[in-house]
Amino acid sequence: MLAAALLATLWWLLDVTAANMAERGIRSGFGFLLEPAGFAIGESLLPFDSADSTLRALAAGLANTLRVALPAIVISSVLGTLIGLGRLSSNLLLRGRCAAYVETLRNVPLLLQLLAWYFVVTDLLPLASEAQQLAPYVFLSKSGLALPWPGGDSGLFDLPLRGAMGIAGGAALTPEFLALLLGLSLYTAAYVAETVRAGIQAVPRGQSDAALALGMTRIQLFRLVLLPQALRSIIPPLTNQHLSLTKNASLAVAIGYPDLVSVANTTLNQTGRAAECIALIMAVYLILSLLTAWLSGWLERRSGRWAERA
Amino acid sequence: MGILNLMRHFPVAIALLLHLSPALAGKTLDTIRQRAQLVCGVSTGVIGFSSADSQGRWNGLDVDVCRAIAAAVLNDPNKVKYVPLNAQQRFTALQSGEVDILSRNTTWTLTRDASLGLHFTAVTYYDGQGFLVPKKLKITSAKQLKNAEICVQSGTTTEKNLSDWFKAQGIKIKPVVFEKFEASIKAFFSGRCQAYTTDASALAFIRSKEAPQPDDYVVLPELISKEPLGPVVRRGDDEWFAIVKWVIFALIEAEEYGVTQANLEQMKASTDPAIQRLLGSAEDSGKLLGLERDWAARAVKAVGNYGEMHQRNVGSASPLKLPRGVNALWSKGGLMYAPPIR
Repeated sequence: MLAAALLATLWWLLDVTAANMAERGIRSGFGFLLEPAGFAIGESLLPFDSADSTLRALAAGLANTLRVALPAIVISSVLGTLIGLGRLSSNLLLRGRCAAYVETLRNVPLLLQLLAWYFVVTDLLPLASEAQQLAPYVFLSKSGLALPWPGGDSGLFDLPLRGAMGIAGGAALTPEFLALLLGLSLYTAAYVAETVRAGIQAVPRGQSDAALALGMTRIQLFRLVLLPQALRSIIPPLTNQHLSLTKNASLAVAIGYPDLVSVANTTLNQTGRAAECIALIMAVYLILSLLTAWLSGWLERRSGRWAERA
Repeated sequence: MGILNLMRHFPVAIALLLHLSPALAGKTLDTIRQRAQLVCGVSTGVIGFSSADSQGRWNGLDVDVCRAIAAAVLNDPNKVKYVPLNAQQRFTALQSGEVDILSRNTTWTLTRDASLGLHFTAVTYYDGQGFLVPKKLKITSAKQLKNAEICVQSGTTTEKNLSDWFKAQGIKIKPVVFEKFEASIKAFFSGRCQAYTTDASALAFIRSKEAPQPDDYVVLPELISKEPLGPVVRRGDDEWFAIVKWVIFALIEAEEYGVTQANLEQMKASTDPAIQRLLGSAEDSGKLLGLERDWAARAVKAVGNYGEMHQRNVGSASPLKLPRGVNALWSKGGLMYAPPIR
């Protein structure tokens, strides 16, 4: 019933917008997606050329969003879990440091952290023309970390070499990517840490006492008693953190990383199709979020079964 | 930023949706007179074109266009409300009726003119895209920028020109695209990119005001694009379109006939028929536009002629110190040419 009302409202809104736009002589529709994009993308997991379609440009942007979001989800989860456990440690020093980490990272706006990381990274590294060679065919400079990469014009590997403009060839992890990955991972890890700590503390005290009384080691206690029960309360909020992380990746535009929003921004400007571009971005993020939520639901059911078995 | 930035479209998107806009065909002038205020869309800050000073007063070439129109229409150049718009918001704001005129260093292109429900009125500044590079690279031509990383601000025609031009040259480059001007500049001067690209009018300013050592940087000679900048109005109101167009033409014509802010009163007594028509001392040219007979005189009184506007905002009397170049009058070897007022 509610869903039907919502759909009807949405339909009405779309209809009115389309009618108003037509009345004002504004072209609408998604035909522009198949036209050549006409702009280049600095770095892209998906091979992209300015003659490719706008749709492909947006796909390249989405691929770039995932390229940073997925590793950041893994890093923040692992780091966050460790810090969350650290906050429960009996070691005062470790507990204090973990608490300080969480409070600092959580209370400084992410955008500021990203800008700080980015400008620290670019200020510290040497100029591309004076790139530092870390290993054969591995260079570090303001242009990023250049690595050999399978493929290329000649031979098995595309090798980075010194050129007139700094480093040419190979694959580069750019400072934009590194700063975004670092910023997102460290920031989200603080929230993950709190989620993990709360999840474990939510397991009744009697459970640990009983396990220790049975002669379990601390590791057994954690693996067999605490974790299975804690996971149930950890997974849903953890999913929220992963969703926020993916959405926060859109702050990439501030530091020059070509994520989905950055590419869509450019598209919006080249084509002037504001309504269409925003609708597309919203749809993509909605799909990403629904997928993540579904995946987490599946994990939750699985962990529930695991807990029963354990 | 990011999503948030796009979300800022929402108020205008909703205005579009609910048809709140006051702008119906032929009604723009009436609306402006009724509210006794011109609503002018400007940039969020481009020195020389539209920027706010420490007291919050707007000035610049694009701002002067709005002041001139307000003077012609409302007889008061100060009756203007400035709405700062970023590159992404600008067209939607005009389409939805949030602003009466978009005077915001906007490049006239076919796509924009033909598909956005807008009309470009006239060119107020002929710009072109150029490059700024560190002297240390010992580059003398943009053609030497092979494999270079080039810092650029998003939301302009710049990215497309960049890709087009280098493609035509068969050269590969990597754009590093920033949303904010400050971030793009900071990244370039920290050495992240080997070149910075934007309109030549801005490059001179960036080199002299933003570079840690201006002498360490050089602007390359190539201009890789045509950037005719000018005010934009909504379609569907031909009368308003004509008013904006002709106020600009009047400013150019005033320069051609030597009418300045200072000598305006004397010029009103001129016996030259062209000047008499311009200033309304003989024929009433205002009537045809739906304005008072001294519409052009008011505009010149408010901001001076085009030459004075140029000099004060971007030329020799400004921090930008840009040469007149192609923006000189047609009679002096430039491109500024106004159809006759008669």
